[in-house]
Amino acid sequence: MSTTPPDTLPIRTSDDVVFVRQQVRLRAVQAGLGLVDQTKIVTAASELARNTLDYGGGGTVTLSSIDDNGRRGVRLVFEDQGPGIPDIPLALQDGYTTGNGLGLGLSGAKRLSNEFRIESALGGGTRVMIARWK
Amino acid sequence: MPRSTLAVLAQLLADQEASIVKEWLETLSTGGQLQSGRIREPELRTQCTSFLQGLRTALAQDSNDTAAPAFAPVKQLLADISKSRAIQGFSPTETAMFVFSLKQPLVNAINRSELFAANSLAGVVWQVTLLLDTLGLYTMDEYQKSREQVIIRQQREISELSTPVVKLWDGVLALPLIGTLDSERTQVVMENLLQSIVEQGAEIAIIDITGVPTVDTLTAQHLLKTVAAARLMGADCIVSGIRPQIAQTMVHLGLELNVVSKATLADAFAVALKRLNRTVVSLKTDPRQQA
Amino acid sequence: MDRIPILKLGDALLVTIQVDMHDRLATALEEDLTNRIVKHKAHGVLIDISALEIVDSFIGRMLDNIAAVSRVLDADTVVVGMRPAVAITLVELGLSLAGVRTALNVERGMELIRLRHGAAERDVDVDNAS
Repeated sequence: MSTTPPDTLPIRTSDDVVFVRQQVRLRAVQAGLGLVDQTKIVTAASELARNTLDYGGGGTVTLSSIDDNGRRGVRLVFEDQGPGIPDIPLALQDGYTTGNGLGLGLSGAKRLSNEFRIESALGGGTRVMIARWK
Repeated sequence: MPRSTLAVLAQLLADQEASIVKEWLETLSTGGQLQSGRIREPELRTQCTSFLQGLRTALAQDSNDTAAPAFAPVKQLLADISKSRAIQGFSPTETAMFVFSLKQPLVNAINRSELFAANSLAGVVWQVTLLLDTLGLYTMDEYQKSREQVIIRQQREISELSTPVVKLWDGVLALPLIGTLDSERTQVVMENLLQSIVEQGAEIAIIDITGVPTVDTLTAQHLLKTVAAARLMGADCIVSGIRPQIAQTMVHLGLELNVVSKATLADAFAVALKRLNRTVVSLKTDPRQQA
Repeated sequence: MDRIPILKLGDALLVTIQVDMHDRLATALEEDLTNRIVKHKAHGVLIDISALEIVDSFIGRMLDNIAAVSRVLDADTVVVGMRPAVAITLVELGLSLAGVRTALNVERGMELIRLRHGAAERDVDVDNAS
């Protein structure tokens, strides 16, 4: 079975966030994720896409399907060229926000994923990778 | 052209098949393979004969590399045997003995035979030993794999069986939990309960943990999450059957189940009925007396 | 611009969210609802989210805000029909929507509003009598 090649989508407007959600849902269904797992990865994607938009000043997300010896899943990489995050551990705390959100975006997305990696440099943008396995 | 040792071995297996099988079967039954009645003599005999024939075919192709395609049929046979042994409840030793107990008969056959020069005997025996050891270990691997599959299947069955959601009354569900709650099982339980709440339009769900041996931080968190998710959907949960030791442990761990809890399932049911404005009354006349 | 329709149902308002919400739509709904509560002197707001496949922190915050605003305007907000998968995900995300009342479906939500409102009116009567 061939897996769909990776896709890179822009995140420039709040409509893009909606489109990203739909595309992530498609990938999750293709990977055979159950309904709860689909909902988790789509919700996590929504949080991170909004972060990319609100704090990163827009960016992209790359969606890929993974198949690691029969273990299938979805991997998402969000990238922006925004101001970066000065203190990652602090940003990962529940309720911490520099904007007017609930401060659950990063920490929540981490809890909703099986894999979570974040890289950020001040002035050098932010890159967040998440994955959810079947 | 001198034939290779392996080809000669194949010849030997063909010539002496009957006596080797006879001796092998004796060794096996002395070792107790037939005692438990899990396998009968004719079946064991068929397995022995098929294995010898497979081995002979492989050796005739001048190969002693068990990874080579020549050995694929033999390995398939061993995998099948291991699988059935695992399911029949044979111990690992008993399973491995199937191949290992062929050594003696085979070495005896080599000694009896005049196909090998006296000075090459040690080398031949060494080759046979190596080959049978590899195949024996392969049997163990397969046995282990089958056991793991059995365990995984049982785990799944247990988790499905042990999480029934039962309807107590219109709008009242009960989830009697039995056994340890790990993350994976709790997820199944949680989804089952929430799905049933939707399907039955239940406003109240009673989670009874009388059968849960211990409650640690993780279990308590899972319980709280279930209760929180049910509330988001518009249903209330009552936790019942918290045993005294568990109550103590939870307090010691600093866990507070911030939910309605009752000592027994019956108490919880009474609360549920009250919330639904229902009550249980005794009939004025005993139905047994009206006949 | 698209707007989510708000229906009047007795002295309650009913909003059925059927589209994948984008942010402007959510903000508009908050405004519209606030105005309509005042205009119709509504005592309850029912938000039916049974069609929603996800609720992220943005929509969660919108629900929280609507509940808080309606409380100030003396109306109860009841969120109805949340799907199991959505509920599990929200809990994992860390959102409890503590200030929001919930019900299984629109019917139960209406009952809840009537019950609460009826009780509140009785309290007022008792106060007047004494």
